[in-house]
Amino acid sequence: MNGKPKIGVYVCHCGTNIAGTVNVEEVRDFAASLPDVVVARNYSYMCSDPGQALITEDIKNYGLNRVVVASCSPRMHEPTFRKTLESGGLNPFYLEMANIREQCSWVHEDPIAATEKAKRLLEAAVVKARNLEALEQKEVDVEPSCLIIGGGIAGIQAALDIADAGFKVYLVEKSPTIGGHMAQLDKTFPTLDCSACILTPKMVDVANHPNIELMTYSQVEEITGYIGNFNVKVRKKARFVDMDKCTGCGDCAEACRLAGRIPNEFDEGIGMRGAIYLPFPQAVPAKYTIDKENCLFLAKGKCGETPKCQEVCQAGAINFEQQDEIVEFKVGTIIVATGYDVFDARKKPEYGYGIYDNVLTALEFERLVNASGPTGGKIVMLERGKKKKKKEEEAEAPKVPKSITFIQCVGSRDKSVGNEYCSRVCCMYTAKLAHLVKDKIPDCEVTIFYMDVRAFGKGFEEFYDRVRREGVRYIRGNPSEIFRRGDKLVVKAEDTLTATPLEHETDMVVLSVGLVPRSDNREIIDILKLSQSSDLFYLEAHPKLRPVDTASDGIFLAGVCQGPKDIPDAVAQAKGAASAAMIPMAKGKVKVEAQTSVVNEETCRGCGFCVELCPFTAIELVEVNRQGWPVKVARVNEALCKGCGACVAACLSGSIQQRSFKDNQLLPQIKVLGVK
Amino acid sequence: MSAEEISFIEKYDLLGCIQCGRCTGGCPVSMRTHLNVRRFMYDTQNEERLEELSERPEIWDCTTCYTCAARCPKGLEPLEVLIGLRSLQIEEGRIQPTVRDALESIFKDGNPWGSPRAKRLDWVGDLDVKVLEPEAEEVTDVLLFVCCTDAYDPRVMKVAQSLVKVLQAAGVDFGIIGEDESCCGSEVRRLGEEGLFEMCDEENVELLNSFNVNRIVTISPHCYNTLKKEYHGLRHPVLHYTELVAQLLEDGKLTLNKEIGKVVTYHDPCFLGKQNSIYDEPRYIITRIPGVEFREFDRCRERSLCCEGGGGKMWVESESKAERLAEIRVTDAKEMGAEVIAVACPFCLLTLEDATKVRGIEEEMRVADILELLAEAL
Repeated sequence: MNGKPKIGVYVCHCGTNIAGTVNVEEVRDFAASLPDVVVARNYSYMCSDPGQALITEDIKNYGLNRVVVASCSPRMHEPTFRKTLESGGLNPFYLEMANIREQCSWVHEDPIAATEKAKRLLEAAVVKARNLEALEQKEVDVEPSCLIIGGGIAGIQAALDIADAGFKVYLVEKSPTIGGHMAQLDKTFPTLDCSACILTPKMVDVANHPNIELMTYSQVEEITGYIGNFNVKVRKKARFVDMDKCTGCGDCAEACRLAGRIPNEFDEGIGMRGAIYLPFPQAVPAKYTIDKENCLFLAKGKCGETPKCQEVCQAGAINFEQQDEIVEFKVGTIIVATGYDVFDARKKPEYGYGIYDNVLTALEFERLVNASGPTGGKIVMLERGKKKKKKEEEAEAPKVPKSITFIQCVGSRDKSVGNEYCSRVCCMYTAKLAHLVKDKIPDCEVTIFYMDVRAFGKGFEEFYDRVRREGVRYIRGNPSEIFRRGDKLVVKAEDTLTATPLEHETDMVVLSVGLVPRSDNREIIDILKLSQSSDLFYLEAHPKLRPVDTASDGIFLAGVCQGPKDIPDAVAQAKGAASAAMIPMAKGKVKVEAQTSVVNEETCRGCGFCVELCPFTAIELVEVNRQGWPVKVARVNEALCKGCGACVAACLSGSIQQRSFKDNQLLPQIKVLGVK
Repeated sequence: MSAEEISFIEKYDLLGCIQCGRCTGGCPVSMRTHLNVRRFMYDTQNEERLEELSERPEIWDCTTCYTCAARCPKGLEPLEVLIGLRSLQIEEGRIQPTVRDALESIFKDGNPWGSPRAKRLDWVGDLDVKVLEPEAEEVTDVLLFVCCTDAYDPRVMKVAQSLVKVLQAAGVDFGIIGEDESCCGSEVRRLGEEGLFEMCDEENVELLNSFNVNRIVTISPHCYNTLKKEYHGLRHPVLHYTELVAQLLEDGKLTLNKEIGKVVTYHDPCFLGKQNSIYDEPRYIITRIPGVEFREFDRCRERSLCCEGGGGKMWVESESKAERLAEIRVTDAKEMGAEVIAVACPFCLLTLEDATKVRGIEEEMRVADILELLAEAL
């Protein structure tokens, strides 16, 4: 096969994508005139079955030993045509592609110049193809286990699916409980299912599943390796409570000297907790955690004579000596399901959030209407930051708002805060919250200011219709400002349908804040080298066809960390990510990159520059014996090498070559492209 | 319309507008005038209607406070569309006499107040102020850009005099341009006289660049905004006096000895706050004046209410008979128990002080520039 090159050239029309601009017949005839080209053809869709059959037939009939396809980007169809070569009995790495679509027909308008460029790109591919070598694609074993980062609904669903299929799952959650944002919600739109009622059984399933190892209050610290063989290091933060002994009775939380004095994150700061706490009654695991920043004993070294929690815990579970623990394990695949933050409404100072007690974010309001929330589901006017009143005044019942106003698109579709995207859930959760207000306080005047109502999902438009008929007033116009007049809040806006500027007085304002990438996203990006899209959510490998994959093999995305979505979409994506992660685990083996770098150990000077540069930590310095002298040289771990070529370009002594991109393959190509 | 390279629609990116209503919702004059800036964003997309729209009297109600642009979720500047319509009127020669006089006075004497250039230094009185020489060998630290209103208005010139006293007390090396100083052109641009503004830009940049100074300090936020953001090719950094004075206080170069036992509030000028995000420095200064009890307006900082002094409004009378915003402002101040409304802008000073007279509370409510309070506390 390594004898004289016999090259077949195939020029694709891609319908009119290429043929509309490039004269494909002319390119074909040009190809046929090049040395070593024994056959040149053009065809409407080379990637189609008959198109591929042309290649396999020619391999047989002409004894082809190199194939050049002039079509789209190799990102699109290189895997397709490699398979074609294989089925024709040829090593798949004898394929070379010329991109005459993305890099030619799509970006040029002049057909003559575009055809000339296509010829040049094709010739460059032909001269490179002459010197291509056969490569062997190695396989490695896949560890039958998966790491899932994030224990919200997406992480929970992915964990259950994978564990049910019989694979081991490590579910790592940063906070003391799994459940995520969904656990904070009251009802879900548009069906009004109780969020907790449908979520908590799944949380319990996670805790009880024999294949799931749950690590809450834990953080991924480091991940090395590659698909099939990731090494994971997790820090289990000290809870200062012995998980095996804690019965979850709650005596400690009641006894804590700080009980009711620290804003509870789970209640968005509207409810209070102590220094030892369970975020909410159905938390999983149902084990208490001491927050060391606030605990008097841990932060100040003194909590009365003895810490109260320790005094009352009959199980003896409190352990102030507990240390963080580092756990290490191997997994074959990883699913990132780290979720989102809600938009920080302080970034829109015109709405007075943080200034007026009764300007709330929708998530705060969610806790206020929630039966398990700090008010037991009673919607009342808030008095924030006020110390507990003396007993005699306690009798005064909190006021019930007579009017509540919602403002949509706070932090979404808004360039001024850098979020140009629509958050997809706010229109519907606003309608749902408005419905809940009408349900709980029928005579409350409910107004929703909106710019467009996007009711695109299943049952959404019907729900929007229902809520309007319940007497919720929709005013088209996005408010600009909130200020105070007497004991009322004034929402300054325009009713754009009647072109009426107005000052709308109300008791309470709920800001329908959008979803934003988590503020701590950077940690996971650095650990996993993930990419971000322009909205700063994690970037999927392909927006249409690989929506749960990342650019790194074996690492998948689920839920809102990839972009705003509602619960059913997050669950669907989680199930997709789970099944994608299970493919290599079920196969048990995975092919690794064949176009790897290789070091010439005779000329390598062991400077280590490539070792520092390699983004995949695939190169290390090893000691070899060179004519009786021990010298250090670089060596590439082929399982880790992704074939990026950074080391090749950087090598000071020219000792590294990348397979399929060697000097004798690239230099002729450059010559064709560079010299007329 | 003259044959321009880009159309009205492209110039203001009108097709980027989603008609959300935040501009009109935030517009301080939308409740008291007929101005609905959102509708102009929509209606001007029909270029055949531009002439008719430019004849609408309400385009002159805009104070160019910038709230509409600050709130726009698509990064558009609706106020500029109104200025564009004013330009069409001016090009047609349809111009109100008061505006015409102000513009002619700027062209002729370098100020909008109809006063001769020779009187530009009258405010100095017997203060000892260095007049800078162009191309001087020796560097002067600060060039004080005085502003026409501070130079000519008998009330406002006290502010400029106060600044001189403050800078001298702090030992700052500064000088002024003198009679050759000309209007910055901020109001010229906002009245729609583009050509005259280009002249102000070119001539002032050339003049200012000729001085050997480290930085320029302005008294008016309007001059500050124009020098800093709208001029082309200015070599020196531009500061508002509140930035400089706050630094002097922080560095301990300015000591305040006398008590001013008053309840003071602060009114954010739009050109300092909303347009240049200078919120903290004025408050820093006021709260360091001995004996001052500081109280905030409910509508403060980013939510501050415009006084209606900008956008050429000093020369255009509104048709509206509804309560002026400056009157709302002084009433709010009175209700919160303030005795002094501190400002940092000559227009705010004039409009608010006038409002106290309309309301008959000028005896109990003082309107003063921060600099006047500072000078009294020296």
